[in-house]
Amino acid sequence: MIDQSPAIILLAPFLLAILLALLGIKREWLCFPLVITGLAISVAASVVTLMRVIDEGTIQYLFGGWEPPFGINLRVDGLNALVALAVSTVSLLTAIYSKRAVPAETSDKVSQFYTLYLLSVTGLLGIVLTGDAFNLYVLIEISALTSYALIGMGSKRATLAAYKYLIMGTIGASFYLLGVGYLYIKTGSLNMYDIQEQIVANDLLGSPTILVAFILIMVGVWIKMAFFPLHAWLPNSYTFGPSTTSTLLGPLVTKVMIYVMIRMILTVFSPEFAFDQLDWSNIIVWMSVIAILAASISALAQTSLQKMLAFLIIAEVGYMVGGVWLADEMGIVGSIYHIIADAFMTLCVFLFAGIIFTKTGRRDLSAMEGLFTKMPLTMVGFLVGAFSLIGIPPTAGFFSKWYLIQGGISSGHYEYVAALLISSLINAVLFFRIIEIAYFGTKPAEGHGHHHEEERKDGPTEASFSMLFPLLITAALLIGIGLYNQEVVAIITDFVSQFNIGATIL
Amino acid sequence: MELLEALSAKFNYWIYVIIMMIGLYAMISKNNLVKKLIGMSIFQTAIILFYVSIGVKEGDTIPILYHDQVHPSHGDSHHEADTGHGEDHHPSHEEIVANLHIEPDDFANPLPHVLMLTAIVVGVATLGVGLALTQKIYRDFGSIEENEILESIKSAK
Repeated sequence: MIDQSPAIILLAPFLLAILLALLGIKREWLCFPLVITGLAISVAASVVTLMRVIDEGTIQYLFGGWEPPFGINLRVDGLNALVALAVSTVSLLTAIYSKRAVPAETSDKVSQFYTLYLLSVTGLLGIVLTGDAFNLYVLIEISALTSYALIGMGSKRATLAAYKYLIMGTIGASFYLLGVGYLYIKTGSLNMYDIQEQIVANDLLGSPTILVAFILIMVGVWIKMAFFPLHAWLPNSYTFGPSTTSTLLGPLVTKVMIYVMIRMILTVFSPEFAFDQLDWSNIIVWMSVIAILAASISALAQTSLQKMLAFLIIAEVGYMVGGVWLADEMGIVGSIYHIIADAFMTLCVFLFAGIIFTKTGRRDLSAMEGLFTKMPLTMVGFLVGAFSLIGIPPTAGFFSKWYLIQGGISSGHYEYVAALLISSLINAVLFFRIIEIAYFGTKPAEGHGHHHEEERKDGPTEASFSMLFPLLITAALLIGIGLYNQEVVAIITDFVSQFNIGATIL
Repeated sequence: MELLEALSAKFNYWIYVIIMMIGLYAMISKNNLVKKLIGMSIFQTAIILFYVSIGVKEGDTIPILYHDQVHPSHGDSHHEADTGHGEDHHPSHEEIVANLHIEPDDFANPLPHVLMLTAIVVGVATLGVGLALTQKIYRDFGSIEENEILESIKSAK
């Protein structure tokens, strides 16, 4: 059983999705337990796999016993074991939250929603675990196709947003596919590690074909991760979709794509190629500086909570892309740590937004008037998430920013450090505005607001247990990941140090 | 003349880029949501053409071995061998492979073609989801022209 753990991470949600599609339509009560079972197995298998990776090092899992490069394999090392654990945990917590939200928002499609949900998680976990570049494309499309449908189940505007996401997402995935094609022309292989071996063995790093492949793959991945200015699909998709959808996709999709970028740079193309030979660090770090600032300022202009959070995701993508392209070991460690920290802090604030939306039915910031007295526990959970996004110790967000800033200083990219600090300040303004509205209660009622006022007085009460529980767990995890940051970073450093990134530059 | 040669030598690749750009243009600039999806299909088909072109070699054939290539000695005695089984010596898999004389250059590379089967399936699925979304948009907004939809959103505010 333990030998099979990498495959179980994937297969548990996948098989239960099939089971759910068969059984769930007539028996709606079955859906929620099945989803929880599948994802709980997946989380347990991820924990086992992570333990094994720490003990034994890289794990190869061969499907059908075929050796790569001919067979398909999963290859798990320190990087993807951590990301897989984060992905499965986030999807389990979101599933717990969905117990009440899904029947409320998509009442006639509960079993379809959960089937797609599990398939989407399968796709995301597959992207993280696979060792095959073409399978990665198929898994990107699996997670993308299901997320178009998951978003499209929302309001009128959501369908249009899902359509735009479909167009953009297809362009991104197609560029990635083309890039893989060019890699295949030169190396004759699709296995990520074999591609790297072939590139080294045949001394292909100077080849223009490899350069074209790299550009196509990077552009494709940037579209999929909503790297500014390729972000246009994201805000509306995550605002108007059902709240469970945004809570699942918001924390995961962009982070998983950043994982793909790191995997491509470090494992497939090698850092010497991406950082030393191309010498694009400066340009891309500047692009990420613009991304961080533009997205943070756009977030300030939003009046809807979900949309504001969506722009924060885009800013965070800027953090991580910049952190990787600092071409500094500390920067990459910070980016990988930030993938995990950001998955949980985005989850935390999106859970909060979902709770507010279910309780008040509104998305605007003024919906939060006086919530501290009415929903104290929810607000505590939100505070931890907000503090983490701002970067207040001891939350995980503080430590990830700490590592990123260290990377920025040691590689001499002070513009990146400045952008991080400005963005933290803007986050502070954003969240203290919400805290002010929620704490200092009601503004004077506007015009005919008297009726609403009364409605709201006894309106929202503390969220139900199934919604509160994941929020508080996430908040606890944020503090936990923050306090134990050295342990997490030790695993990441172990992985990154094999590439000698700082050394090659000097 | 040189230009012509360069064009004809890599004809498939020129065409794939042109088709891809036509698709991309339609996806970006068309106003009608169905036309955008048609553009998307063209875009994906161009990539399929690219992959199929990778696998082709000059003067190649389909990568399938015929029976007499694998069992040259048996050739016509196929039926007799079937009736009198046990007496005839059946060569093991390793022996067959060792006796084969196959020039890889004679066969098209099947791998990119097989990959494209998957990509075609993905493309069909994407198109299906896209059309389903378009249908829902039409039901919600009463139009599939992007500018009319955006106007109706604006006026609803």
